[in-house]
Amino acid sequence: MVEHRRFGNLLPHLVLIAGVIVVAFPVYLAIIASTHDNSVIANGQMPLYPGSHGLETYWNTIMSGTGRTTREPVGSMLVSSFIMAVGIALGKIAISIISAYAIVFFNFPFRMATFWTIFITLMLPVEVRIFPTYKITSDLHMLDSYSGLILPLIASATATLLFRQFFMTVPKELVEASKMDGAGPIRFFFDTLLPLSVTNIAALFVILFIYGWNQYLWPLLITTRDDMQTIVIGIKKIIDVKDALTEWSVAMATAVLAMLPPVAVVVLLQRLFVKGLIETEK
Amino acid sequence: MANVTLRDVKKAYPNGFEAIKGVDVDVADGQFCVLVGPSGCGKSTLLRMVAGLETITSGEINIGGKVVNQVEPADRDIAMVFQNYALYPHMSVFNNMAYGLRNRGMKEAEIKTRVEEAARILELGTMLTRKPGQLSGGQRQRVAMGRAIVRQPKVFLFDEPLSNLDAKLRISMRVEIRKLQRRLNVTSIYVTHDQLEAMTLADILVVMNGGQVEQVGNPLAIYEKPATTFVASFIGAPPMNLMSTRQDEIKSQLGGSAGEAGILGIRPEDLVITDQTPSGGVALSLTVEAIERVGAETFVYGSRAPDEQRVSATPGELPPGEIIVRIPGTEAPAIGAKIRVAATRNKLHLFSNDGRTRIEA
Repeated sequence: MVEHRRFGNLLPHLVLIAGVIVVAFPVYLAIIASTHDNSVIANGQMPLYPGSHGLETYWNTIMSGTGRTTREPVGSMLVSSFIMAVGIALGKIAISIISAYAIVFFNFPFRMATFWTIFITLMLPVEVRIFPTYKITSDLHMLDSYSGLILPLIASATATLLFRQFFMTVPKELVEASKMDGAGPIRFFFDTLLPLSVTNIAALFVILFIYGWNQYLWPLLITTRDDMQTIVIGIKKIIDVKDALTEWSVAMATAVLAMLPPVAVVVLLQRLFVKGLIETEK
Repeated sequence: MANVTLRDVKKAYPNGFEAIKGVDVDVADGQFCVLVGPSGCGKSTLLRMVAGLETITSGEINIGGKVVNQVEPADRDIAMVFQNYALYPHMSVFNNMAYGLRNRGMKEAEIKTRVEEAARILELGTMLTRKPGQLSGGQRQRVAMGRAIVRQPKVFLFDEPLSNLDAKLRISMRVEIRKLQRRLNVTSIYVTHDQLEAMTLADILVVMNGGQVEQVGNPLAIYEKPATTFVASFIGAPPMNLMSTRQDEIKSQLGGSAGEAGILGIRPEDLVITDQTPSGGVALSLTVEAIERVGAETFVYGSRAPDEQRVSATPGELPPGEIIVRIPGTEAPAIGAKIRVAATRNKLHLFSNDGRTRIEA
């Protein structure tokens, strides 16, 4: 550490504080807006202090949504989004950890070809293959269902690659010691490999949960029923009304509610998340 | 309790590399067998073949009267201690030792008795709830041994178990391993590249080089009568001095058929600084180049006549023409001094020209 200089630290701090304001101000505005009566915002006056309608707005938003455009309470959107995000995150982790296990610990023909095939799918996100994926999902009668929301998104090359890199750092002797101890491949996976991967799984879960939560295009395409609607789509629908005033307070409350679960996941798993990213000693 | 027999065991890799070129070893029940050799000589591969972690290309491995070529490692009734210990990092010491027993469906009460007994023998009693990450190197080593002991196997396999420890701990663990093996009286196969470990631990010593067995036998017998120049220079520290008998100085001193042998070897401790030449023995003139005092003894490094070439033997630790003399105490000639050293006839080792055959003079 260099000597402590008051003015030397001042400039970097000002830059950092400015950055925090730029990022946090819109969030603050959203929270403020959600506490005022709709008429205040509709007048074109955006106050910077909290209003008095906070609890009322949130209660109405969660329980009944807006009266006009969407007939769905935001509470049920939260549930839909949560099921989808958790399903995508857990599904991706389950599939990729198993495929990485096969690629690293088993010697089968075309092993590397398999790995590269998985790797190449990095170039094929949902947006690129959206038409065939939609066709298949529709043919399998999975439109408007959670399996239709989740399954097409759960193959993950990134997660497979991450687990592969981690598995390659597991000492070969550990596998051999397990063999000597009478543990077959499945026992080794559950007794040794899975407990060692906990931090990696947690780190991945955070990233993948947020990925799943923020899905927009795919849910928009395959859900038509209101009770399957996710919150990210719900926000858009609440704002986008015809021949009426947008209920900005409800829209802002929905936006704030949409932010909370990802924040909660990050906060809860932060310790494991950081450990999973920096831990090298196994 | 079992003997281990290896019959013409070979290992070839798909790329054609022959790691083991036909090895025969017999380890009797309760014996401690040490495989020693330089890195890459195939000793670890051989051990892993006994363990069942490597396939056997041809030949036969027999444990306790049963050919185990096709038997899974877990069913061979063996236990192995790995170089890096390979403890399960997420399990407590107790669970590390109990894991193999649980997988075999043993009753919890029996597991508890066995683990506690092993912990008592290895002085791990207070550490059973700790994780391997909270243990020192020596303690981890003991847990790895405990994991082997609780299984009560027919054979213990050790793959360089001490090489991750510091020098002091290595010596005390070496003694502990030997005492433990005597006490449990379990047939053991131990791999090391350290010739001192090999000499001190072995009932039966197997010296390997390039995938082949150079010599098998009692460690002292091997030390006294090495079968090849490789064994001569590998077993014993500092290594045996090897020189060509072609040179007139040595040839004339040896005389007769011995002079035609090809290579002469003399151990550093068998050379004495003296002006006399013992009858039938060999005397050499040296210029002292370096002195190493280690307390109880002193090593004198001398060079012979400049044109003399030392016979290259693997591993060749010395530049050609250099001779090491071990003398007791700390009294040593000055650097640059000209000295004469001699060895008696019965201390000479004679080998054929290629170093592959020992010649009894």
